[in-house]
Amino acid sequence: MAPHTQQLTAAPAVQLRGLTRSFDGRTVLDDIDLDLPAGQFTALLGHSGSGKSTLLRAIAGLDHEVVGSGRLTAPERVSVVFQDSRLLPWRRVLDNVLLGTNGKDAAEKGREALAEVGLKGRERAWPNELSGGEAQRAALARSLVREPELLLADEPFGALDALTRIRMHVLLRELWERHRPSVLLVTHDVDEAIVLADRVLVLDRGRIGLDLTIEAPHPRSYRHPLLGEYRERLLAALGVTEDHQ
Amino acid sequence: MTTTTTTVPVTAAEDTPAVRRRRRRGLAPGKRLPASRIVGPALFLALWAAASAAGQLDPGAIPAPWTVLRTAGHLWTAGTLPTDMLTSLERAAYGFALGLTAGVVLALASGLSRIGEALIDGTVQLNRAIPTLGLIPLFILWLGIGETFKIAIIAIVVYIPIYLNLHAALSGIDHRYVELAEVQGLSRLQFIRQIVIPGALPGFFVGLRLGVTGSWLSLVVLEQINATSGLGYLMFQAQNYGQSDVILVGLLIYGVFGLVSDSAVRLVERRVLSWRRTLSS
Ligand SMILES: Nc1ncnc2c1ncn2[C@@H]1O[C@H](COP(=O)(O)OP(=O)(O)OP(=O)(O)O)[C@@H](O)[C@H]1O
Ligand SMILES: [Mg+2]
Repeated sequence: MAPHTQQLTAAPAVQLRGLTRSFDGRTVLDDIDLDLPAGQFTALLGHSGSGKSTLLRAIAGLDHEVVGSGRLTAPERVSVVFQDSRLLPWRRVLDNVLLGTNGKDAAEKGREALAEVGLKGRERAWPNELSGGEAQRAALARSLVREPELLLADEPFGALDALTRIRMHVLLRELWERHRPSVLLVTHDVDEAIVLADRVLVLDRGRIGLDLTIEAPHPRSYRHPLLGEYRERLLAALGVTEDHQ
Repeated sequence: MTTTTTTVPVTAAEDTPAVRRRRRRGLAPGKRLPASRIVGPALFLALWAAASAAGQLDPGAIPAPWTVLRTAGHLWTAGTLPTDMLTSLERAAYGFALGLTAGVVLALASGLSRIGEALIDGTVQLNRAIPTLGLIPLFILWLGIGETFKIAIIAIVVYIPIYLNLHAALSGIDHRYVELAEVQGLSRLQFIRQIVIPGALPGFFVGLRLGVTGSWLSLVVLEQINATSGLGYLMFQAQNYGQSDVILVGLLIYGVFGLVSDSAVRLVERRVLSWRRTLSS
């Protein structure tokens, strides 16, 4: 029996079988089969309107009112980071991080999570006193404090400027190294996907059009020559060819 | 292959002829002037006093400020002013407390449950369509001409804006926060206490201030229609004897009541909603 233990621990964190979702008779996700192994950092690319958010919301269990079918298994502890930080303006930063947690050492954990994202000392700030990047880091802390097995992020850096984005990339990767949740990161940005993820999926016409494993050591630089090839393959899968550029 | 890094030419800022620009005033109105709320009334008072002193005003119609003050002192020591004030205050306070409670309870019941909404919201909207002061004759028939009917009318005037604003705030909760609550695994009770209610407080305070104003307004009307005590009665009698100074004393006291209660609500609002940074802060 021993040789099988490895397989058991590597059971996928997320398993989709025949996942279908449609809006007003228009199929957005069409019979998707997908496994996300535990602890893998996956990025999901696709055109605007290709159904990335729909897929993410299905995995997060946020789509009660959507017509669909298929089987879906996901871990117990799931955290979601949204494009907006979605901090409650009437709660101080620490209390936002602690939303939905309880237990007497929760506050201590919250402080640690804030320190991890570089917001030590801002525990008592109001959300509207934070910059966009700081707010998004607080949102990351809120998602981490629950020690998620699966972290879902829907364009979490979409509203940030280029410099802050790069810092957030480094931070997210560090946090992932330390806590090792499975990550599914939705993004528009091909470079962001290549630099951060170990596997990149392209969603196209309701299906996974390309499933690419990125094999390059971390930390990755945007100028790493190996990444150019991946970028071209991904852009081709997205329908962007040289003459479009 | 495209590269995403670009080099930005760095220019020495000191070398370029600096265009001196005045710092632009923002579109927010800026800092409050000190004691800004008193400036207008003080100016008005000064004009009134000056016109009276110069003999420009008919003392029978608009007595001088000092005459009004003297009358107030006289009414306070030798007249029924203290009891009249107390009577009026009591009416307003009871009516307001009743209206506040009813407004909050009904809004919570209809804002937090679909059954409650079906039962309550339509009824209140109907009630709102009828001008409350038009109910006075009916209420006198039902409740007699005593205190009960006055308190009931005030309570109705107060509960409507409180209900409407709180209900709108409760049911208008941002859908994104509902999602957040689901993701964070909040129970229904936690969701209501930590998200719905704090999120509805700004709306509640709008309703509360309208309610406070409404309670004074209805008080004045009620007391002048039919009362045998209270400030309005005092003023009504003064009208019969042509005592414009007494009428002004009454108005002054109504004004002070309104101002004090509104300031109190503002104060509470500022403390409770301290997380808000708006133009008025
Ligand atoms: N609640 C909804 N009702 C109706 N149609 C919807 C709804 N949500 C999404 N859709 C439709 O489903 C399709 C996929 O939407 P989705 O938000 O998943 O796209 P996306 O890939 O996340 O796009 P973007 O990159 O712009 O965020 C779109 O055509 C959209 O119009
Ligand atoms: Mg989306």
